[in-house]
Amino acid sequence: MFKRLADAGVAVAITVDGKHVGARSGDTVAAALIAAGIDHCRTTPVTGAPRAPYCLMGVCFECLVTIDGVGSRQGCLAPVRDGMTVETQSGKREAGR
Amino acid sequence: MKASDLAPAYDLVVIGGGPAGLAAAALAARAGLSTVLFDENPGVGGQIYRAIASSPVADRAVLGEDYWVGSDLAVEANASPALIVTGATVWSLDPSRVVGVSIAGQARLIQAGRVIIATGSLERPFPVPGWTLPGVMSAGGAQTLLKAQGLVPGGRTVMAGGGPLLWLLAAQILRAGGKLDAILDTTPRGNWLRALAHLPDFVLSPYFSKGLKLLREVRAKVRVIRIDRLQAVGDDRLREVVFGTGEGERRMPADLLLLHQGVVPNVNLAIAAGVAHAWNERQLCFEPVLDQDFETSVRGIAVAGDGAGIAGGTAAAERGRIAAIAAVRALKPEALVPDVQTVRQRLQRESMGRAFLDWLNRPADSFRQPEGETIVCRCEEVTARQVRDTADLGCEGPNQMKAFLRCGMGPCQGRLCGLTVTELIAAQRGTTPAEVGYYRLRPPVKPITLAELASLPIAEAERKAVER
Repeated sequence: MFKRLADAGVAVAITVDGKHVGARSGDTVAAALIAAGIDHCRTTPVTGAPRAPYCLMGVCFECLVTIDGVGSRQGCLAPVRDGMTVETQSGKREAGR
Repeated sequence: MKASDLAPAYDLVVIGGGPAGLAAAALAARAGLSTVLFDENPGVGGQIYRAIASSPVADRAVLGEDYWVGSDLAVEANASPALIVTGATVWSLDPSRVVGVSIAGQARLIQAGRVIIATGSLERPFPVPGWTLPGVMSAGGAQTLLKAQGLVPGGRTVMAGGGPLLWLLAAQILRAGGKLDAILDTTPRGNWLRALAHLPDFVLSPYFSKGLKLLREVRAKVRVIRIDRLQAVGDDRLREVVFGTGEGERRMPADLLLLHQGVVPNVNLAIAAGVAHAWNERQLCFEPVLDQDFETSVRGIAVAGDGAGIAGGTAAAERGRIAAIAAVRALKPEALVPDVQTVRQRLQRESMGRAFLDWLNRPADSFRQPEGETIVCRCEEVTARQVRDTADLGCEGPNQMKAFLRCGMGPCQGRLCGLTVTELIAAQRGTTPAEVGYYRLRPPVKPITLAELASLPIAEAERKAVER
């Protein structure tokens, strides 16, 4: 969906659901997911519908993910860090299924 | 910077590091006020100057000179004695000017002598069928990815909506080598009639030549189609965009749909602080009630920038300066400050042409007041039909609507549904948005963990005190 103009910054290695994702310094978690072509970052608690980052400026809360074990973090406000562990989240009804 | 490194009190706390916040903090700190600026993003600049100090977009022509002028504001603020803290989320502000802030999971309550809220604007909700599908994103979101990470749409991309930002982003994507399949223009033709009265003022403003140039640049490369209906279609993600023109329905396969319908003030923090707001019929949004120094109905709390009503980035900086001069005069009357009349005159010039733009780009009722199964509240997945039916049952306002439907009660706290819910209730009950009012908002205005709350320092006497 998106491509990088140039590989600016330095490479930062994070994992998303256990898989290695190559991010760049200057990425937020949400931007790194989008750049890696990851389609959605969570499902909704009401119907389990998939959601992806929408506003990228901290207001919509669609980009909620688990970062280093802390759930429901806004991925668009969190800069990536080497070794960061990101997990996509399930809506509550779907969790554990 | 850790929260525990903050002083317990500052003369001035500025919330938000866009043009208004940066200009206010720099001016106040230079005049001798102990000043701290909090911004929740990784860097300052706000949305308009997002990533101004770190953008990987090397070719300055891509984002344009109107973006790069923002670096002066950032440099000026950084060179001033103001303490600028990024990654700092303000989650509460009360009428006695106690500011709740979290930095890296640690929270503090800071007493402010004065507060300037500079939390800017957000994009107006654009509730069309399918707008929650992955692959549908706000135009502002795509612009953030371009400015901060140098990411450009790579697949089949359609933009839809109206307003200056839509055309600016289209031009920036094209200059960066991106491709746009179409721009679907939702601006009602009838808007011209009301805008026309403000044309002379607009022609004399800088917006005129810039706007024409931008439109020409984009129209030369992209198909522009005027539409009156819009739908995003897909199963687990966007597959195609369906739209209505005067000649019937059309479909276009797409990987990415970028929506934009103008911007509105981000009111959450100000409303939670008890600031009185009023409906603006021209801009179709709520905005704080302010005096000429941008002070609110709550003593010592000002709102500057687009949060005070949409006027653009350059005006935001002037508004920030006026609010900062008022803060200095209140707390340190002997300090030297710039002549406020000069700043007011500059602000006046910046406001030229806005009335024309507002009337011309005023979104159509059908794109603000959805029907049927279109989702209104994205968080709680509440549909337009549910809101309309509940209003018909006798529900008079958005706060009662929460009890019926939970709309506005999800993590975004109404930021993406508040205006829609208010307008739908007004339309259904034959009254006005001013009469219906907005969500009652309370702190914390951003979610915080119990661990963050527990990290607040507490004195022995406070711990033993009887709470009411």
